Amino acid sequence: MALTREEVLHVATLARLSLKPEEIETFTRQLNDILAYVAKLQEVDTEGVPPLAHVIPLSNAFREDEVQPSLDRDESLANAPEREEGAFVVPRVI
Amino acid sequence: MKELHRLSISELSPLLSQRQVSPVEVTESLLHRIAALNEEINAYITVDEAGALAQAKLAEARLGKGEAGPLTGIPLAIKDLLATCGLRTTCGSRILENYLPPYDATVCARLREEGAVILGKVNMDEFAMGSSTENSAFGPSRNPWNRECITGGSSGGSAAAVAADLCLASLGSDTGGSIRQPASHCGVVGLKPTYGRVSRYGLVAYASSLDQIGPIAKEVRDAALLMNAIAGYDNKDSTSAPVPAPDYLETLGRDIKGLKVGVPKEYFGQGLNADVETAVKNALLTLEGLGAEMVEVSLPHTEYAVAAYYVIAPAEASSNLARYDGVKYGLRVPGANLLEMYANTRTQGFGPEVRRRVMLGTYALSAGYYDAYYRKASQVRTLIRRDFEAAFEKCAVLAAPVAPTPAPRLGEMVADPLTMYLSDIFTISVNLAGIPAVSVPCGFSREDLPIGLQILGPPFGEPVILQAAHAFEQATDFHRRKPQWCEGKS
Repeated sequence: MALTREEVLHVATLARLSLKPEEIETFTRQLNDILAYVAKLQEVDTEGVPPLAHVIPLSNAFREDEVQPSLDRDESLANAPEREEGAFVVPRVI
Repeated sequence: MKELHRLSISELSPLLSQRQVSPVEVTESLLHRIAALNEEINAYITVDEAGALAQAKLAEARLGKGEAGPLTGIPLAIKDLLATCGLRTTCGSRILENYLPPYDATVCARLREEGAVILGKVNMDEFAMGSSTENSAFGPSRNPWNRECITGGSSGGSAAAVAADLCLASLGSDTGGSIRQPASHCGVVGLKPTYGRVSRYGLVAYASSLDQIGPIAKEVRDAALLMNAIAGYDNKDSTSAPVPAPDYLETLGRDIKGLKVGVPKEYFGQGLNADVETAVKNALLTLEGLGAEMVEVSLPHTEYAVAAYYVIAPAEASSNLARYDGVKYGLRVPGANLLEMYANTRTQGFGPEVRRRVMLGTYALSAGYYDAYYRKASQVRTLIRRDFEAAFEKCAVLAAPVAPTPAPRLGEMVADPLTMYLSDIFTISVNLAGIPAVSVPCGFSREDLPIGLQILGPPFGEPVILQAAHAFEQATDFHRRKPQWCEGKS
């Protein structure tokens, strides 16, 4: 199932990326090459095989719900491209 | 005495504790060497001269009080995806070019507690995506054995810095071979621990179910010393294994008589370079000469590992890298509205390989494709893990090549991403199965490029693979050879 140019543009939008016109063709070809290669997985009989999500037998890592030291507000904001009054600033959305 | 930069941790540590040399002297000598040689191999992205000297002085005080450990005063280089408080951490990316972490990764905090000296941050493929360090936004690193060749990757800066004596050892990370393959290409030792053995807190995430931090060092004993500092449970990493960490020095020096070494037949087939095959087969004979018992084993799903990895890793990456949105940290490129700001930031901030993998992962996880790709790959992952479980019923460790060829030339793999992906064929299964593996120098190609032997173990089998790697190392002298280019330079 080869990806079309339009599908590549759609995936880019989902990933919050934009593609330059000259990149569209290259990316379409490269992604299709990779997908054609990974299609190899379909050869494997996986009937009844559980998917492996975790390599060590761990489920939830719980701890008591207690306040513990963490970054303070100034430290958390220190790397923000734009900040104001103790908050991150984003472009206007409404 | 050897020049200071030539020493291993195991050689330098007693000199420091006996006060024959001072940590400040050692750190100055390494900073001097970095200033002289780094430009030609581009191993470091950031050198922290002032910070390193300050840490060296602290180490000196500790040594004076007799409170020193084996890493006190030892100068190290840290892969640039491990958070270092107040020291720029770029992840090899423009998007984090000016990022100053407000905290230390657990591994860095543990090294500081031991009194180690952090010289600076070393080069890598952007977000650890690549096998050559050519995907770094800060330019490729060059192999000290031949500067026209790649270092391997993604921890290429770490391996090059260790090989060229620009640090005593380094921490790297390994998602599909990123510690072992550059260690092999640069003629040094690299250990990828069991998943969950070393805390990932403060590691910039690429593929969270595969990423693991580990040491790159001049000799096996040094790798064990670093493991003693960094391994163990950490409540800041929910995937950290609540299993006590042993003393990794304990098994070193034990003989390997009767040790069953499995040789997976799928790792010696088509596509294996003749020089690599010769070096690895000779290494197997050396192990046999040391009393190991060779057993042929089969890992039948090996040929599907690369395909499974290139679904799972990009899928996890597409989710992990969603956080780079120009809001909380990192680059922001303005746009007419929020969505345009996101797209501009991510398009200009990420290099082509990162964008390619984010797109691949986004597609694999998108509506209607999940079962065909991610679920299928995760099922194949179970089969790969079962292959190893079956193999380890017949043997204690496995021995295999690390990479199918010695280090290729710069530029050879850039044009075709798939060719680069396929070069990870012998390292990727280990990450999918979550098991540990070490690369140890085992020979040189006709062009005089290093070749590594990979020794793989069952989960938490670091002690036995280090034992086998150490026995091999002590019986050979490949690890003692140094690149011609930096010989005689101080």
